[in-house]
This record gives sequence, structure tokens and C-alpha cells, in this order.
Amino acid sequence: MKKFFKDNFIPYMFLLPWLVGIFALTVYPMFSSLYMSFTDYDFTKPNSTQWIGFGNYIRMFGGLFGITEFTASSGKVMNVDPYYLKSLTVTFTYVLSSVPLKLVFALLVAVIMNQKLKFVSFYRAVYYIPTLLGGSVAIAVLWRKLFEKDGLINGILSAVGFTDLPGWITNPQYALGTLVILSVWQFGSSMIIFLAGLKQIPDEYYEAASVDGANRLRQFFAITVPSLTPVILFNLVMQMISAFQVFTQAYIIGGGKGGVLNSTLFYTLHLYLQGWTYHEMGYASAMAWVLLLIIGALTAVIFRSSSSWVSYGSGE
Amino acid sequence: MSNKFKEQFRIILTHCFVIALGVTMLYPVIWMIISSFKPNNMIFSDTNLIPKALTLENYTSGWKGYAGTTFGTFFINSLGLCAVAVCANLVSCTMAAYAFGRLKFAAKNFWFSVMMITLMLPGHVTLVPRYILFNTFGWVGSYLPMIVPKLLATDAFFVFLLVQFIRGLPKDLDEAAIIDGCGKVGIFFRIVIPLAGPAMVTTALFTFLWTWDDFFNHLLYLTSPAQFTVSRALRTFVGDAGAVSNWGGALAMATLAMIPSFILFFALQKYFVQGIATTGIKG
Repeated sequence: MKKFFKDNFIPYMFLLPWLVGIFALTVYPMFSSLYMSFTDYDFTKPNSTQWIGFGNYIRMFGGLFGITEFTASSGKVMNVDPYYLKSLTVTFTYVLSSVPLKLVFALLVAVIMNQKLKFVSFYRAVYYIPTLLGGSVAIAVLWRKLFEKDGLINGILSAVGFTDLPGWITNPQYALGTLVILSVWQFGSSMIIFLAGLKQIPDEYYEAASVDGANRLRQFFAITVPSLTPVILFNLVMQMISAFQVFTQAYIIGGGKGGVLNSTLFYTLHLYLQGWTYHEMGYASAMAWVLLLIIGALTAVIFRSSSSWVSYGSGE
Repeated sequence: MSNKFKEQFRIILTHCFVIALGVTMLYPVIWMIISSFKPNNMIFSDTNLIPKALTLENYTSGWKGYAGTTFGTFFINSLGLCAVAVCANLVSCTMAAYAFGRLKFAAKNFWFSVMMITLMLPGHVTLVPRYILFNTFGWVGSYLPMIVPKLLATDAFFVFLLVQFIRGLPKDLDEAAIIDGCGKVGIFFRIVIPLAGPAMVTTALFTFLWTWDDFFNHLLYLTSPAQFTVSRALRTFVGDAGAVSNWGGALAMATLAMIPSFILFFALQKYFVQGIATTGIKG
């Protein structure tokens, strides 16, 4: 017993800050928010909190079944959130378009950069700059300016002869697209990870393939892509998780709201507005848990499917 | 001979492509920097990079900030917060990483897998209770909600990065140190910290950048303009429904806001590549 204490005391002292953090700021809040998600907790009047069962979840998904109003288990009459499904659609559209585009782009640029070029590290640095700055408020401000009706993009387009140009940010058809472009623009870190992966592919593979008469395109699909599948899997999961949580850009571009006709009402933005503008913190907690489940399920699906498309080589 | 020529040609073509793409990508940023020196009424109409007239008016008008607080205060707030966040993260994450990477203790594998799970956990599930917790402590309206989580090593990314690095340090050094009478604490201070330098620089670098660029926490927890950080101030500066009258000032201050990231990036480039390649840190 004494020995056990002696062996473990110092290691646990080193681990102590992290342990306190995990319990106080992760485990406890997770369970607490799970509990809250079944209540109508409002932090401005915590004493009137009621247990409403699945009420918050019905508010989210009731629209799918044509429900607009219902009575929660506490007897409270509640309305279905008319914007929740919209926020889900916006977010899924964004994730499904920005993540694949970004990865394809990052991979192509990485392959081009992976040749024995001079100045590669300089180019790599330049391509990383958008990623370095991309998440900041400064860039979101710039983006709004670029895609406005009289912004830079329209200036360039009209200079090459286009007329009748829309205000991209204020047009609900295009607003989300500008955010997808903003995301693809930040392909730098995926590119760097792909570059690291490309360096691991032995030159002999390509030499053997050229002896067999395979052209570059053939080599790309027969050697490069299969060898990189573990890296693709990694990038896919990481980019997907962060794409679901986009907030700053949407908040700035939509002027603190969901933009025109809620065309940029991202999930996390909707969550923030519910929790902090309307003080519906129980509902916001329920939304957070659904987001966790969505991300968890998609990650699981990707990992499950990976056995059929990711090759880990023969292993040396 | 002709093959060599073809190869040369291909390389030149690649350079041209890479440069063209790079210029296209950076064009908005370059345009922003140059526009910040243009008179306010010319920002909209002028798509050229070379301005017809130069002025510092945007910088002087933007610097005044709002609500009687200048951008000088916002920059000092941001830099101070970043400095504290970096120190806090370095201490707490290195300690946890040393335990995971070097020490033996009961339930180590269990705690390590808990840490790996939090690596992927979206922060939103802890958001509301954390806010309520910090509110009960009376911390809303102060920097504590941003600093305390750093003191408690909640950024699993950095713990993971440092664990990977510390695991790679040669074990013989520990054995030599133990023979010389060094304990676990001594090994931490005399061997691990001096050798983990590169990983600690990467940690400091990304902590600085993420804290600098962070907007969400600053939006939630900072309530009075006097304590606003640069990113929080920029947002109020731009206003709600896009009702910005002083776009020149906004672009000028946005340009200034990017300078610290630029300096760190070019000064510490190799640590960036290392950090991204070993942990796949998101952008």
C-alpha cells in the first residue's frame, strides 16, 4: 500500500491540473448539459426550470412530422423551432461541399508541389497564409467586403465584361457559397499533411510504373491515391469535425444573425442565438448533444467504411 | 537531350502554375492591405492594386476605436491575454504530457484514452454548463473563463503533441539521471523540459494564434469595451446589419490585427510544419 502510494504520488501530481480540468470542465459539464437538455432551463430565471422530457428534441425535429405545437410532459405548451431544420440543412450543405472540395484541392496542390522544385518551402509558406489568417474576424470582415454588391469580386467580374452582378453576401442563393469558398481557400494545413504523406511513398513505385508504361495520370490513381488513403481518412475526419463547428465567419458575414432568409444560419450560430440571445439554454444544450451525436455517428460511419477504401500497405 | 528539355519545360510550367495560383490566393489579402491606405471613398471603386492616392487617415480614424476605447487598449488586452494563455498552456500541458509520455502509474491507459476522446469532442456540449459555472463564480466579464481552462490543460491537442515528442526522447538519459540520483521531478526539469523545446515552441505558437484569433469565447465572456480583445473589438466595429460607415478604418484595423500572426509565422515557420504534420492540427 505504501509502495503503491509512493509510485503513484508524483505521476498524479503531474497529472493533477489535467485531471481537475477533465472533471470540472469536461465530464461534469457534459452530464450537466445532458440533464439540462431535458429541461427548459433559462439562466435568467433558473428557479422556474421544469423537466420537459423530450420537449427540446421535439422542438428540433417536430417539423419533420408536421408538428408545430405540442404539449410537453410538464404540461407546458411548446412551439416547434421553425429554423432548426434550416440550420441543419445549411450546415450539412456546407460540410458536404466544403470538405470534399478542400481535400481535392489540397491533394492536387500537394502533388504538384511534391516535385523536386526550387523554393518549395517558400511556396508552401505562401499557400499556408490563408489558413493562418482564415479563422480570424479580420478575414471574415474582408470576405464580406469582397463579395458585396460593390466589392472587389464584382469589380473584377465587371472589368472582364459581366453585367447584372448580384450582391453575393446578400443573395440567399449565393451567401453560403461564399463561405464554402472561404473554407476551400484555407486548404493549407490539409496540404501540408498530404505533402508529408507523399514523401513516404517510395520512388521505386513510380519507377516501376513508368517502366510498365503507366502515364502520370495512371500513376496518380494507381499509386498516389491508394498510398495516401490513410492520410485522406485522417484529413477527412478532422476537416469534417471542424466544418460542423464553423461559427466566426458565419456570425460576421451574417451580421450576428443567420443572414438573408437564414441562408447562413449555421448550426453553432443557431445554438448561440438560442442560448444567449433568447436565453433558451436547455434547448441549446439539447442542440449541442444532437450535434455531438451527428458528428460521432458520421465519424463512426467513415471509420467503418474505411476498411473498404483505406489501404495500410503490406507493412514492413 | 529532348527528354531533358521536356523535363525543364515541365518544371518551368509548374513554377508558373504555382506562382499564378499563389498570387490569386493572396490577392484578397494584398488588396486589403493596400486598400487600407486608400481614401475611404476609393476603396469600393478601385479594384487595382496600385492606389491612385495614399493616406493614413484610415489608420488614425480606425485607431480611435469606439466607446472611448482606442485600439491601443484592444491590442494590449489581446497581447496580455495571449501571453498568460501561452504560459498557462505550457505549464499544464507539459506536466500532463510528461506523466503520459514518461511515467508509470495506475490507470494510465484509461486516462490516456480519455484524453484521446476529448481530442475529438466538439466543445459545444460543455458550453452551456461551463458558462453557468463561470457565471456562478462571477467570472463572466473577466478573462478568467479564457485562462482557467488553459491552466487545466483542456487543450488536448497540445497534450497529445507533447506526449508524442516526449516519447521520442532517448530513454538512456533518464537511466543515467536516475543513477546520478535524479528523481521523477528532477528528470522533468533537467531532461524533459530542455529537450522538449521544439514541441513547446509549437505549443506556444498555436496557443498564441488560437487565442489571438478566438472570437467565440470573447463574444461570450467579455462584456465591456474596455476589456475587449482585438477580434471582439473588430466585430463591434463592423456592426450588426453591415451598417459600416468607416470601411477604411475597419480594413485598416483588420490589417493591423493580422500582423502578429504574420510575424510569428515567418519567424517560426519550421515549428508550424512540425506541429501540423505530427498532430494534424486544424487550420
